[in-house]
Amino acid sequence: MSQTIVIAEIAKGAIHPTTAELVTAANTLGNAPIVIVPCEDATIADSASAIQGISKVIALKSELFATYDALGWATAIDAVAPSGIIVTSANPQSKDLAARLAARRNIPVVQDVVAIDGGNLTSPIYSGKAMQTVSTSGDAVISVRANIFTASAQGGSADVSVVDATGDMATAVEEFLARVSTRLDVAEANIIISGGRGMGSPDNFSHLEKIADTIGAAVGASRAAVDTWDEISHSMQVGQTGKTVNPNLYIAVGISGAIQHLAGMRSSKYIVAINKDADAPIFQHADYGIVATWEEALPVLQAALSAMMN
Amino acid sequence: MANIVVLVKQVPDTNARIVISDNRVDLSSVKMVMSPYDEFAVETALQHREASGGEVTAITVGGAMADKVLKDAKAIGVDHIVRIDCDSFVDSNSLQSIISNAISEIGADVVYCGKAAADTGAGSTGPGIAERLGWASVSNIISATFADNVSVVAPAQGGNARISVTLPAVISCDKGNIKVRKPNVRGIMQAKKAQVDVKSVSAPASSINVISHSLPPSKPAGKTYEGGESAAEVAQLLRDEANVI
Ligand SMILES: Cc1cc2nc3c(=O)[nH]c(=O)nc-3n(C[C@H](O)[C@H](O)[C@H](O)COP(=O)(O)OP(=O)(O)OC[C@H]3O[C@@H](n4cnc5c(N)ncnc54)[C@H](O)[C@@H]3O)c2cc1C
Repeated sequence: MSQTIVIAEIAKGAIHPTTAELVTAANTLGNAPIVIVPCEDATIADSASAIQGISKVIALKSELFATYDALGWATAIDAVAPSGIIVTSANPQSKDLAARLAARRNIPVVQDVVAIDGGNLTSPIYSGKAMQTVSTSGDAVISVRANIFTASAQGGSADVSVVDATGDMATAVEEFLARVSTRLDVAEANIIISGGRGMGSPDNFSHLEKIADTIGAAVGASRAAVDTWDEISHSMQVGQTGKTVNPNLYIAVGISGAIQHLAGMRSSKYIVAINKDADAPIFQHADYGIVATWEEALPVLQAALSAMMN
Repeated sequence: MANIVVLVKQVPDTNARIVISDNRVDLSSVKMVMSPYDEFAVETALQHREASGGEVTAITVGGAMADKVLKDAKAIGVDHIVRIDCDSFVDSNSLQSIISNAISEIGADVVYCGKAAADTGAGSTGPGIAERLGWASVSNIISATFADNVSVVAPAQGGNARISVTLPAVISCDKGNIKVRKPNVRGIMQAKKAQVDVKSVSAPASSINVISHSLPPSKPAGKTYEGGESAAEVAQLLRDEANVI
């Protein structure tokens, strides 16, 4: 059985729950993994040791991990990780790190894995229009999509060792840019409500924001909305040239369902479509389709959801 | 003066229907185009040349059919076009080693590429070749300005940050605020006449093999409701049937 190594997913200074999913994936690929926690403050690694099915935790501590620098991070992590199969999450930063680590070790990388069967790994290709299954032999780095593998249970008590890392940053953050909006980002949300060109004007996105606030959702947009209206920022765009999202619930309002939009959201667990055109392609992908104008449907949806939340 | 390289890849048009025959994707009747993110990479490379002087070389890996994507880059304004002749499947490791060898041979200060190719969606090539070259890299940038260092805007910690990158570096481009230019008539004429510099390589053996391609599992048909009033019922189902509210 191969040694496996999980690179813990860190968000807002803490271990992200996805890490427990990575542990499950690693256990299907080889022995119980070593979990490496890149951190500034080693105490955050303690919560990783409670994940069942791991052999030990290495808190890799350095100021380097304050902001992401591909070269610096890969150098530091490579220095402590034994050889074996490395598992990371598949968010953009972790995919970048996965590619770096693989290149550093001269081993292949397989990104966006959604199924593991022995040494066979399956990932979506052509934006999810097809699946590709590859076989690996030997060491590799594998990034795993979130919300696919069951999270390994809590209750473990693996040893944590703290290792000080050093490394040089090859890039420097000059400034963090004020976020145009304080709203939840689509890439981080469990529920997304997105508007398309059918919203008619950017002002009408306020109706989506109201619903988003009611149920704790992020507001997304189609490319047509982003390209047509300056007020709708590219950071909201879902699709081929926007963000790939995988929420529990995706509500598409006034979005036709072009293949490039589907590319970014088709793997959502549940999809609701609101569109006045019964023939809009989005309905073929919706679990719940509402053929109506948003002007008719959104106030009703808003009222029903508000009533539920109270 | 900067020696600028941009990586481009030919992929199926993102509108194309993907057909599988004999467990393999069949692209024989699909229109092939430049991967959409590469268009942003070409644009950024040209803007870099305009700011600092120098030359832009576009590189692709593929068979003779891939010359088209280089001609498209030429028509938009790159100076040189290079195809690394390799038509078979190679894993990330082999691919990156042949590209980084070519870059070392050409000599470059900066390499631009798309954040991911629209076919694999992997996004491994940019950071992978940076590592092989021992260079810095920044991925998924949405804008760039050029002086001695390149200053980019890229995602960081849930928002965006302005990041300065010391060259040499590999920079991968997202859509962002970059508006791409279209080829003009003169560019198209020049592209027709342009010679592709074809380099032959022997790719190192791959340790990844493609077993099969398949269509994604299809979802069972959903429920459709007529009229805005039905939104109340859908809200109930989202809570009681789907358990997502
Ligand atoms: C290379 C490339 C990359 C692309 N990347 C992306 C991407 O990342 N994301 C993306 O979204 N698109 C992308 N596109 C664009 C994509 O092809 C579509 O053009 C786009 O998704 C359409 O957006 P839309 O559905 O909002 O607009 P439209 O297609 O114009 O649809 C509007 C819909 O709103 C409905 N409507 C109108 N009025 C109302 C009303 N009052 N109430 C309810 N419904 C109403 C209409 O029936 C229609 O279905 C890309 C295209 C290309 C070529």
